[in-house]
Amino acid sequence: MKRVFPILWVLTALLLAYGTYQALVVAPTERTMGDVQRIFYYHVPCAWTAFCLFFTNLFASVAYLIRKNVRADALAVASAEVGVVFCTIVLVTGPIWARPVWGIWWTWDIRLTTTLVLWLIYVSYLVLRRFSDTAQTPILAAVLAIFGALDVPLVYFSIWYFRTQHPQPVMGKGGSLAPAMLHAFLINLLAFSVFGFMVCWSRYRLEMLKREVEQAQALESLAGAGARPAASLPLSRSAR
Amino acid sequence: MNAIKFLIAAYIATWLVHGVYLGSLLQRFSKLRQQLRELGKGK
Amino acid sequence: MNSFWAITAATLVKDIRLEWRSKDALNSMLFFSLLVVVIFSFSFDPNAEESRQIAGGLVWVAFLFATVVALNQTWARELKNQVLDAYRVSPASPNGLFLAKALGNFIFVLLLEAVMTPLFIVFYNLRALGPAWQLIPVGVLGTWALVVNGTFFAALSLRTRSREIMLPLLLFPISIPAIQGMVEATRILLAGDGSARFWIVLLLTYDVVFTTASLGLFGTILHAE
Repeated sequence: MKRVFPILWVLTALLLAYGTYQALVVAPTERTMGDVQRIFYYHVPCAWTAFCLFFTNLFASVAYLIRKNVRADALAVASAEVGVVFCTIVLVTGPIWARPVWGIWWTWDIRLTTTLVLWLIYVSYLVLRRFSDTAQTPILAAVLAIFGALDVPLVYFSIWYFRTQHPQPVMGKGGSLAPAMLHAFLINLLAFSVFGFMVCWSRYRLEMLKREVEQAQALESLAGAGARPAASLPLSRSAR
Repeated sequence: MNAIKFLIAAYIATWLVHGVYLGSLLQRFSKLRQQLRELGKGK
Repeated sequence: MNSFWAITAATLVKDIRLEWRSKDALNSMLFFSLLVVVIFSFSFDPNAEESRQIAGGLVWVAFLFATVVALNQTWARELKNQVLDAYRVSPASPNGLFLAKALGNFIFVLLLEAVMTPLFIVFYNLRALGPAWQLIPVGVLGTWALVVNGTFFAALSLRTRSREIMLPLLLFPISIPAIQGMVEATRILLAGDGSARFWIVLLLTYDVVFTTASLGLFGTILHAE
């Protein structure tokens, strides 16, 4: 496992480099928008990856509530944090793309707005985790994740209807993708998915390492106090 | 070609955000490994 | 099932009685609501036509702030007297406690809205050009949407640092579709600009979904160990 990890990272980097090359050099210039359209090759794959990560968080949260497995909780933290990172990129590249093309920084585009709300929900999730340092934190956070997931369809519908009442510009390709563009897009989609997976996995390993250190510290303080290290530590309760 | 500035800005922004995050991960990793080593020595 | 409603009613009556005895919280909240309306009126001073367009948003943002301030007090009393621990140990269903708290907050916030609404009407010369009676379901459903999630997140925030800021941090993002519903419905009804039916249905759906979720998961967070 230890040797595989760096190799996978190298492969990921190569895949990303290839994807960027495809996006910037190989893909043909879009007729109406010009070269700025190439942001699309980053913007949409990052959105896709962010949604996958948030879905992973939901899955891990539910798994934690059912089985109280510490690995599920670590995965929940990791996927939420990395999801926010990718989500941030979507929200940053979106306006950068919109400004030269449509002349405005923001539009209540359904995908962009849903992404914004998701970002807000998951930042609040991370804040809850940060501000709550007790043994109950994983449960509270998992419950919040479920609330967030229930909210998303409602967000989508309310924005969808709002837009039918208040017409707004639509961000996106507008039209079908030429085969060469599709090729570049798919490669970037794959590259960012793999990248997201690797970052999440790294964050997961970090989280498990953190718990290992905390457990060792607890053992240490118990031993230092002269008492026998207990067979079951308070921390391991969450691992049951 | 004003529009190209935006393209460059978007690509830089993307990798800046990723870079900062990955950097923070690496930093947290090394700090934890350090703590683990110290705990190991303490025993 | 009988004892569930009995517990709910008993807890609710107790809360109302407590609140009524110490009118401090009530009076300060009423004054706060008045202040909010006045500040808004100074800040946004539109003519009659514009005000019909934005009043929906203004009114509901004002209600939202009043709700958050009211909710923050809701569990504080319980925590002070370790009542929560007693509830956790008792065999009573936690949902009874939650429902009672939510209903108590609901009544409290409705009271605040009843005070703020005439003030808004006066300061903004509001008049509904659409079917005004529909504002009642909008008000009821919208308030419940804020209160049910607010009560739940207030309980969730109890075991966190910076409890008071935690509540709005958690509540606002999740409430976005509901807020959009309340604001749009109010705007449509005031301006007479089409049908508010979709938004009322959305609010109803939101209320059903999150009331179910809160009742379903309250036990989990109460007994979280």
